Amino acid sequence: MRLWIRGGWVIDPSQGLNQAADLLVEDGRIAQIVPRGAEAPSFVAEQTLDASGCIVAPGFIDLHCHLREPGEEDKETIATGTRAAARGGFTTVCAMPNTIPPTDTAAAVRQLREMAAQRGVVRVLPVGTITKGRAGKELAELAELSEAGAVAFSDDGSPVVDGRIMRHALLYSTMLGRPILSHSEERDLSADSDMNEGPYCTVLGLRGNPAAAEVAAVAREIALAELTGGHMHICHVSTAGAVELIRRAKARGVPVTAEATPHHLTLTDAWVAGGRLASQLSLPESEPLIPVPPDLPPYHTATRVSPPLRTRCDLEALWEGLRDGTIDAIATDHAPHTWVDKECEFGYAAPGISGLETALAAVLELHRKGVVDLPVLLRALAWNPARILGLPYGTLQVGRPADVVIFDPEAEWVVDPAAFASKGKNTPLAGVRLHGLARWTLVEGRVVWGPPAAPGR
Amino acid sequence: MTEAALQMGKRRHVLDLDDFVPEEFEEVFAQADAMAEVLARPIAQVPALRGVTVVNAFYEASTRTRISFEQAAKALSATVVNFTAQSSSVVKGESLVDTVRTLEALGADVVVLRHAMSGAPYLVARHFSGAVLNAGDGRHAHPTQGLLDIYTMRRHLGEIRGIRVVIVGDILHSRVARSNLWGLTKLGAQVVLCGPPTLVGPASYWEAVFPNVRVCYALEEAIAGADVVMALRLQKERQESGLLPTLREYIRLYCLTPERLALAAPHALVMHPGPMNEGVEISPEVATCAQSVIEEQVTNGVAIRMALLYMLAGRKAEA
Repeated sequence: MRLWIRGGWVIDPSQGLNQAADLLVEDGRIAQIVPRGAEAPSFVAEQTLDASGCIVAPGFIDLHCHLREPGEEDKETIATGTRAAARGGFTTVCAMPNTIPPTDTAAAVRQLREMAAQRGVVRVLPVGTITKGRAGKELAELAELSEAGAVAFSDDGSPVVDGRIMRHALLYSTMLGRPILSHSEERDLSADSDMNEGPYCTVLGLRGNPAAAEVAAVAREIALAELTGGHMHICHVSTAGAVELIRRAKARGVPVTAEATPHHLTLTDAWVAGGRLASQLSLPESEPLIPVPPDLPPYHTATRVSPPLRTRCDLEALWEGLRDGTIDAIATDHAPHTWVDKECEFGYAAPGISGLETALAAVLELHRKGVVDLPVLLRALAWNPARILGLPYGTLQVGRPADVVIFDPEAEWVVDPAAFASKGKNTPLAGVRLHGLARWTLVEGRVVWGPPAAPGR
Repeated sequence: MTEAALQMGKRRHVLDLDDFVPEEFEEVFAQADAMAEVLARPIAQVPALRGVTVVNAFYEASTRTRISFEQAAKALSATVVNFTAQSSSVVKGESLVDTVRTLEALGADVVVLRHAMSGAPYLVARHFSGAVLNAGDGRHAHPTQGLLDIYTMRRHLGEIRGIRVVIVGDILHSRVARSNLWGLTKLGAQVVLCGPPTLVGPASYWEAVFPNVRVCYALEEAIAGADVVMALRLQKERQESGLLPTLREYIRLYCLTPERLALAAPHALVMHPGPMNEGVEISPEVATCAQSVIEEQVTNGVAIRMALLYMLAGRKAEA
């Protein structure tokens, strides 16, 4: 079975490709890349996708995604979450283990894989917990989790408060070759907080989460990675201080990697204040990349997320981190919630943003506004996450599984959560005009999103 | 009709003073003058809001504000329904949105909301077709208190523009401070925030948002030449949560004493939103001295709340 992806512009940071080319997929694998203008290929394909006007890139790999199944199927299921992933151009998603029950046993990992095999639209890779029950007290059976198919370990949602436990987890993981994904937050500093501490927090009378809560926790994680040699991956980096610590750690060879989310790369705490107050105050220190919609009400709970939306200076540090490789990956931290979880007082609302279906368009704003080049973004969306987990994906190299996204970077659309495949309609971007849509998403050569391939070449 | 009247005429809710224009304050104050005149009559009641249902929805314990609102609504002949709930019952699953829909179905025209969570009135306003009057939300805003404070200052000092107001105490947790900051800075007053850094927060945060605001940690310095000195209530739990070493040290540094008041302008007003901890943030002598307008604040509060209820709900009553 041969599929020809014709007429697109291929960008594959894994092999430095950035040119007009056609792509031949055969039996689920990348078979040939034919630069445009080269000699016409001799093969005949049974199916064709017309990628004119589109970028053809390795399918995105989300290191950080909450699929909520089992236990919170009212928020999301594997079926809806992976469909959302496919629509967003993701071909692999890592399912965070804070389900009910948590993914803290080999049986739970196997169950998740079975459910994913039955109902998943894209590839689902389980993340196991670091500690039993995510309670932070005793290590989970990391070796057995790993044997069952867990690709990494995380107590995400909560930090591992006890530094001794984190040290042991890292040390233990060195024999498994799997990273620890750290939700880095010093809870003594951030307890009961609502949003980033700063002028907007002060004027809104909300409880502040200071940048120092993340910076202090990241400092500990780096010190422990240095001590143990274990691979420490910092989740959802949101502060300039953490970026700087990670940069310096990498420079001296500490095994640390890091991710940032689309929302932390584009939005600031001005979004919590809503359109009227944000425009009235227009604080330059909180100027977001995507402007606050004028009609966004204040205290909109869709802007409540952990870690919180930060400031302009943090945004710029994250962009610089992406450019110089300090921030390896862009991960969504897709956190779907129900209407009931969110339509309440700001201080009671569940934190999180439904991000799979807006991630591509949101990060393309970085490209459109000239702050981060497209190949850098695509490297952070596919190749780097694959390398962090040691996966054979995230690349269009010949012979590799044909996980491909074909997206139109200019397609203009208005975010309409009601049209999401995800059950989580909780996005602050509702009603915002963005650019960039995945036209097709292919997992191992199969179209999982987009119109069916046309017959013939 | 002035632009301000148009502004107030368009307004459905009063949730904060951050969206008030200067003319709007004058409009409310003129209306409050009329209401004060009603309150001074032998029979202090007018039929202005007959047939209008005002629900006092209090999700946080309050005696003074609730009574003030109740008195204001009754002086206008509104039907008053008092409703109290503990925030904890909300956490248990009784949603605010559901309650608002119920109040709407019961025919409420105005919801007066007191709530422990900042921003809650905005949620209520999104789900309620009538008017919402914020009676204090978390640390965020207490617009009727801000208005009555400024109204009281204006009655004694005439002009607000150019006056110097010192607010001393637990600024960080105070919705009263925030509403006064919005109102006073919009009307051109200078405001000095005074208290220990743990209860004021970083000066840069306040100065980024409000023009004409200065943070000063020494009360003697802050108070020098002030036209108004406003002391805020100090909650005892601030010491327990580690924001203060001891109550004793707080009193030593920040209690409004006659000696400290003597540093202010001779005509300086002493204010306090209540309830007072006499001997903590304010000494008993100062609380009852000739410069104190604390009791007048309470009286003016009813007039201001009558004015707002009338302006928000009066149209329905006239219809």
